[in-house]
Amino acid sequence: MIRSESATFDRSVLDLDLEAEADRIAAGLRETTAHVLHRRGLVVAISGGIDSSCCAALAVRALGAGRVLGLVLPERDSSDDSAARAHALATHLGIDVIEFDIAPALEAIGCYAARDAAVREALPAYADGWSFKIVISGGTRGQFNTFGLVARDPDGGMHERRLGRAEYLQIVAATNYKQRIRKTIEYFHADRLNYAVVGTPNRLEYDQGFFVKNGDGSADVKPIAHLYKTQVYAMARHLGLPARICAAVPTTDTYSLEQGQDEFYFALPYAEMDLALWSVEQGRPAADLARALGLDEDQAAAVQADIGNKRRTTRYLHERPVLLHAQPLREEIPA
Amino acid sequence: MDFRHTVKPFILDNFLFTSDGSALDDRASLIRGGIVDSTGVLELIEFLEETYGIRVAAEEMVPANFDSVDTICAFLSRKLAA
Repeated sequence: MIRSESATFDRSVLDLDLEAEADRIAAGLRETTAHVLHRRGLVVAISGGIDSSCCAALAVRALGAGRVLGLVLPERDSSDDSAARAHALATHLGIDVIEFDIAPALEAIGCYAARDAAVREALPAYADGWSFKIVISGGTRGQFNTFGLVARDPDGGMHERRLGRAEYLQIVAATNYKQRIRKTIEYFHADRLNYAVVGTPNRLEYDQGFFVKNGDGSADVKPIAHLYKTQVYAMARHLGLPARICAAVPTTDTYSLEQGQDEFYFALPYAEMDLALWSVEQGRPAADLARALGLDEDQAAAVQADIGNKRRTTRYLHERPVLLHAQPLREEIPA
Repeated sequence: MDFRHTVKPFILDNFLFTSDGSALDDRASLIRGGIVDSTGVLELIEFLEETYGIRVAAEEMVPANFDSVDTICAFLSRKLAA
């Protein structure tokens, strides 16, 4: 389809008939759980954030509260408020909820020790009582993304260091234990109950590879992977979720120093990233995006290029294990 | 200095697991061609920093400098002449 220069490009392009969409997703979840997955219900790990809250509410709409289990899986660095919001959601939805602290498992497997060793390579003074986060920069200026460490000492002093590639990779590898241990717990309960596991990425996260392979990227069904984050917020409000959940700021809830998703991974805050992604999907030029977001054209072009770069870099996260001599799956075993 | 004799074998060996020079066109885009991703670029830059005793600044970490064997060699020529 050829689009004219004057075709609408503002926040209204993400408007959605929310009631119809909620019905469509609920019907899809029912159909998938019954006829594709052949499971009796759904497990949703609820973090207190908007995506998992929305998924849990849609799961309840699909199967009823009695067939949805919520899991709250805190660890040492996740915020107490996240867990409190998750419990408030479970109460609101009327679902069973189990809380399981994964910190001892992470400690035993060496997550925190491996992470802290890598942090100390960049910042030798780092010790107990400090908090830190990783920040990403460069992509919006047309540069390759590089990674930095921001740490706060026990007296409140802030320290910033450029992270070497090896240290960055080890911090990420160690931190990925968190998502992978959580997924192990989710599948324990799914197997125990003969339920399926719901994955909770939104469109931005799914498209840009903002997930851990075999961690939060692993699931049996991903009901909101086609919804932009803006639409997930709108859906949460439409479904009447508690105000404190609808107002939650997206964070990674992964590092000890609070970290917005945009400073870790995305070039811009989510509402602007949604429009940037939409512009790439629709083949709209950087000039259109620049006008819509109030950026200069070079910045808009850099954001669009960064989207393409992240797609390429994370493509392997979406890949199934590669079979070098694939055999077609047979529905029936020959007699 | 002909940087090609150092840069190209590193890319061939480290990213393509080969010593066959015909596997990589010196003008080909390493990024769009899927040969090097953003983590790979950082690895390449670390190699160049160690090999040539240089420090690549953040503003120099752009595709125009690191997207092909040719552009990398041109960047090194400018950097070491400066």
